[in-house]
Amino acid sequence: MKSLKRRLIVLERITKAGMINFVRNAWLSVAAVAVMVITLTIVLFSVIARVTFNNTIAQINDKIDVSVYLKDEVTVQQKDSLVNKIKQLGTVKSVTYVSKQQALDKYRDQNAGNADLLVAISQTDNPLPASLNVKPIDPNQMEELKNFLEKPEIKELQSNKTSYSGDRKEAIDKISHATNFLQQAGLVAVIIFTIISILIIFNTIRMAIFNRRDELNIMRLLGASTWYIRGPFVVETMLYGLIAAILSVLICGALFSLSSGTFEASTLGLLDIKFANDYFISHYWVILTGQIAVGILIGAASSFLATRRYLKFKTTK
Amino acid sequence: MILLDRVTKVYGKGMTPALDRINLHVEPHEFVIVVGASGAGKSTLLKLLTREEKPTSGKIIVGGIDYDKLKDKDIPYLRRRIGTVFQDFKLLPNKTVFENVAFALEIVGTGKHEIRYTVPRVLDIVGLKGKEKRMPMELSGGERQRVAIARAIARQPKILIADEPTGNLDPKHAWDVIKVLQKINQYGTTVLLTTHNQEIVNKLKRRVITITDGKIASDRAQGSYKGL
Repeated sequence: MKSLKRRLIVLERITKAGMINFVRNAWLSVAAVAVMVITLTIVLFSVIARVTFNNTIAQINDKIDVSVYLKDEVTVQQKDSLVNKIKQLGTVKSVTYVSKQQALDKYRDQNAGNADLLVAISQTDNPLPASLNVKPIDPNQMEELKNFLEKPEIKELQSNKTSYSGDRKEAIDKISHATNFLQQAGLVAVIIFTIISILIIFNTIRMAIFNRRDELNIMRLLGASTWYIRGPFVVETMLYGLIAAILSVLICGALFSLSSGTFEASTLGLLDIKFANDYFISHYWVILTGQIAVGILIGAASSFLATRRYLKFKTTK
Repeated sequence: MILLDRVTKVYGKGMTPALDRINLHVEPHEFVIVVGASGAGKSTLLKLLTREEKPTSGKIIVGGIDYDKLKDKDIPYLRRRIGTVFQDFKLLPNKTVFENVAFALEIVGTGKHEIRYTVPRVLDIVGLKGKEKRMPMELSGGERQRVAIARAIARQPKILIADEPTGNLDPKHAWDVIKVLQKINQYGTTVLLTTHNQEIVNKLKRRVITITDGKIASDRAQGSYKGL
């Protein structure tokens, strides 16, 4: 009981000492917090940019589909069997059948403003073929589907050449290669920024503790335990992390909402600012909590490691 | 209280020993002055007692603690039992006078009320009543050293080790510090003092141990010191 009470007293003192140090080392605190704000903002920004970017890529991928045009003679059984065979391919997400009539309706909708075309098309039999709309799971893996559709017995059923999103195959290939590369590059960027941030923060705190190594040494000589010396430093740097995390979230939020207003919810290259802003707002609490956790963790780990060398006892004889 | 048995300390291989087979026995309540030239081994002797250094060979027992059996994690507990005063004061620069003294009590988990009771009393003993809220930077050398002494005695240690506490002080302040040490000794604390100051040694008329080249050259009950 007494030892528990004593531990609570010690914990209270460590926390209090950390806070007092934070206030008394005001300039150092400001400098350390500033460095952490900048690095944490960059990390947060790159994470959200990556999420946004992946969303853009997903949207592009979703638009990629393959149209298989069927001859008018193809029977329902043949059609169903073909649909099943395509569905059995491992790389296909979905197959949708578009009948001749649906194709015509769609054509009419798309050309609603062009009276001449509509007149022309209604004067003949429906010239549009039925088709299968095939969506791949991954646009980068369409070889299997292609090979399947090239088979003579399958080709026989098709009226026109297979259309890869309306003959934009090359464009699709380029986009899918580019997105693949950019996705990976985004991940690498996030990792690099995180590592650089940790190094910068660690170094800042290391310098701060280096300046106070005499203090550590004095406490050691007076018989303070390792945690009694280290504790206040850890508390102090956790405070840096906490404040820096909150500031970085505020800065990021302000940047996104400002820019999404300025660019009128437009798209800046591949970075959809409106999506980024929406994502930020809808995940606000998760982002804030996560950022605080990261800030506190980096702060605590930095001071833990930085104090270690000054807390060693001499063991040489 | 303090027992050294053939203690040798060599800092590096092939170097002459800083201390060479020292034998020393100090009784409880004694006031012992260790004198010697710079580099004679005085500081090494005290650093061995506070376990800032480990002996190369030999046995050290202080207050019943055998240093051979002492683990690193027990060192803080050893140091809490010994009051230490340093030539360069070693005050915590970011803490007030009160906080510096209180710190010694805080680290052992002393309660708030006891700290509020003890700190003003020890500051009174060293003659610093009313300067509780000053920062170390605002004090003179003598005052700083008395803060350090207050800090060392706040935990009422059985042993007080003072390494050249008057080394950085003018004669008047030096005597203030020595008087405080005498007072503490009267309360029953064993005091081990190293000094260069001939006048202090000769006036105190206490046991004087002279160290020359790492060896005990003389050990006299009411010794004097001719200086160098």
